[in-house]
Amino acid sequence: MSIRIENLNHIYMPGSPFEKQALKDVNLEIKRGEFVGLIGHTGSGKSTLVQHLNGLLKPTSGKVYINDIDITDKKTNLKEVRNKVGLVFQYPEHQLFEETVYKDIAFGPTNMNLTEEEVEERVYEALKTVGLNKNVLEKSPFELSGGQKRRVAIAGVLAMKPDILVLDEPTAGLDPIGRDEILFQIKALHTKLDMTVILVSHSMEDIARMVDRIIVMHKGSVAMNDKPGAVFKKDRQLEEMGLSVPQITHVVNKLRSKGIHIRDDIFTVHQAKKELLKLLSRQ
Amino acid sequence: MGEMINTINVDYTYSHEENQKVELVLNNVNLKVDKGEFITILGHNGSGKSTLAKHFNALLLPAGGTVFIKHMDTSDENYRWDIRQTVGMVFQNPDNQIVATIVEEDVAFGPENLGILPSEIRERVDYALKVVGMYEYRKHAPHLLSGGQKQRIAIAGVIAMKPECIVLDEPTAMLDPIGRREVLDTIKKLNKEEGITVILITHYMDEAVESDRIVVMEKGNIVMDGSPKEVFSKVEKLKEVGLDVPQVTELAYELRAAGVNVRQDILTVDECVDELARLINNAEL
Repeated sequence: MSIRIENLNHIYMPGSPFEKQALKDVNLEIKRGEFVGLIGHTGSGKSTLVQHLNGLLKPTSGKVYINDIDITDKKTNLKEVRNKVGLVFQYPEHQLFEETVYKDIAFGPTNMNLTEEEVEERVYEALKTVGLNKNVLEKSPFELSGGQKRRVAIAGVLAMKPDILVLDEPTAGLDPIGRDEILFQIKALHTKLDMTVILVSHSMEDIARMVDRIIVMHKGSVAMNDKPGAVFKKDRQLEEMGLSVPQITHVVNKLRSKGIHIRDDIFTVHQAKKELLKLLSRQ
Repeated sequence: MGEMINTINVDYTYSHEENQKVELVLNNVNLKVDKGEFITILGHNGSGKSTLAKHFNALLLPAGGTVFIKHMDTSDENYRWDIRQTVGMVFQNPDNQIVATIVEEDVAFGPENLGILPSEIRERVDYALKVVGMYEYRKHAPHLLSGGQKQRIAIAGVIAMKPECIVLDEPTAMLDPIGRREVLDTIKKLNKEEGITVILITHYMDEAVESDRIVVMEKGNIVMDGSPKEVFSKVEKLKEVGLDVPQVTELAYELRAAGVNVRQDILTVDECVDELARLINNAEL
């Protein structure tokens, strides 16, 4: 087991006029090697939840276990936890700060008591994983394009070889090519390295084609926790929470309400095509 | 309908200092936009769309060719202020565009710098905030608002300058789905009800579908120009230049490729549902 969250509560600024309960009795389990999507509209608590996974935030009450280690225990070495759980924040390229791409990617592993050779090896490996060419290593990160910068930032986290990778809106602001490249590489990491991945996204289309399971956060609680097909079936409930379903799911739901018998767990263009071809060839 | 923007053979180059290589970012761009149009500019990163947009209010001047805004040449310094008052710009990150600590003061910043009478500033600020639906928040602190609300404040700040044309460079890129909807509805309202010419740059195809006309840029050139139906019916060409089509359009394209006789110009969920229902019902007869 990879992540276990028990009765997690988080209250921001308790006792002040701005007191706000951001997480309410959250219970979750994420198994090793799972690819999970985390959705919820702004303010639903998903970022607060994610920041508990490597001890950036301390719970008001409740427990967080990573690989069966209670990270909310004062005695737990959080540095080790943070090497296990890699967090890629929104717009991670804003956090690039070194003179060269090499130094920026090397920053994490350098602080892990590794030899210079090991660090170097990890930098090259991470660079390869995110699909960047070696000739960027001596460049300043600020000379690169937006998509390249983001990949450098992700490489910096990967170079620490985390078991669990959490990405908060990794494709925000990228064009379709940049988006597909990043998503493809995340999928490859998950498949090749058996990494546990948690993808936070507003894009239901991205979530639909990437994840095994969707966790929906609403007002600080887990509102749904199921396979994509089962979650997207509940389009009305999702809309009430300020979320949407993929455009394709809308089409399928509307066809069903017109009395057309089509499966109700379709959420990608590819699935819809297959089903419709079956229906249409019944002539 | 008069002419709002006219670019004639516009070139623009960036030079890289280190190797002194000169890159042609705009290459002979010819684009005419009439008053009252709502156009979307699509193109992947580096296609030149933002560079072109910055020519519309003389933030950048062409290296070759001419840009006219309401027949005023942007390279003529005498027109600079008239041009900037005619064309307002809204950028991607709302946090970089807000200057004051109270919403209405932020919106008043532009008109204050135009030297307008306080009574008229009051009027313009109230008007602008009502147009974007943020009037109740006029006494709030902008940093406590949501992304969509902040972006609407940034738009109000531009509206208060009474521009005839607004250029929005990826205004929804940093917003959640609700924020995106709010901003897009505001943009449509500005165009349809206030008659403001709108130029929207976006990566979201569902936003492009709602405009009157789409211009696709690639390598500093305009490669497609037409109504959403015309542009999105060319699925292969769009994919070639690294763009998406809406899922429903892709589905129709895929079905057609598999030999199903589906209409070619499907852009919305309802069009798709109607067409599929018709086909399925025919198939079952």
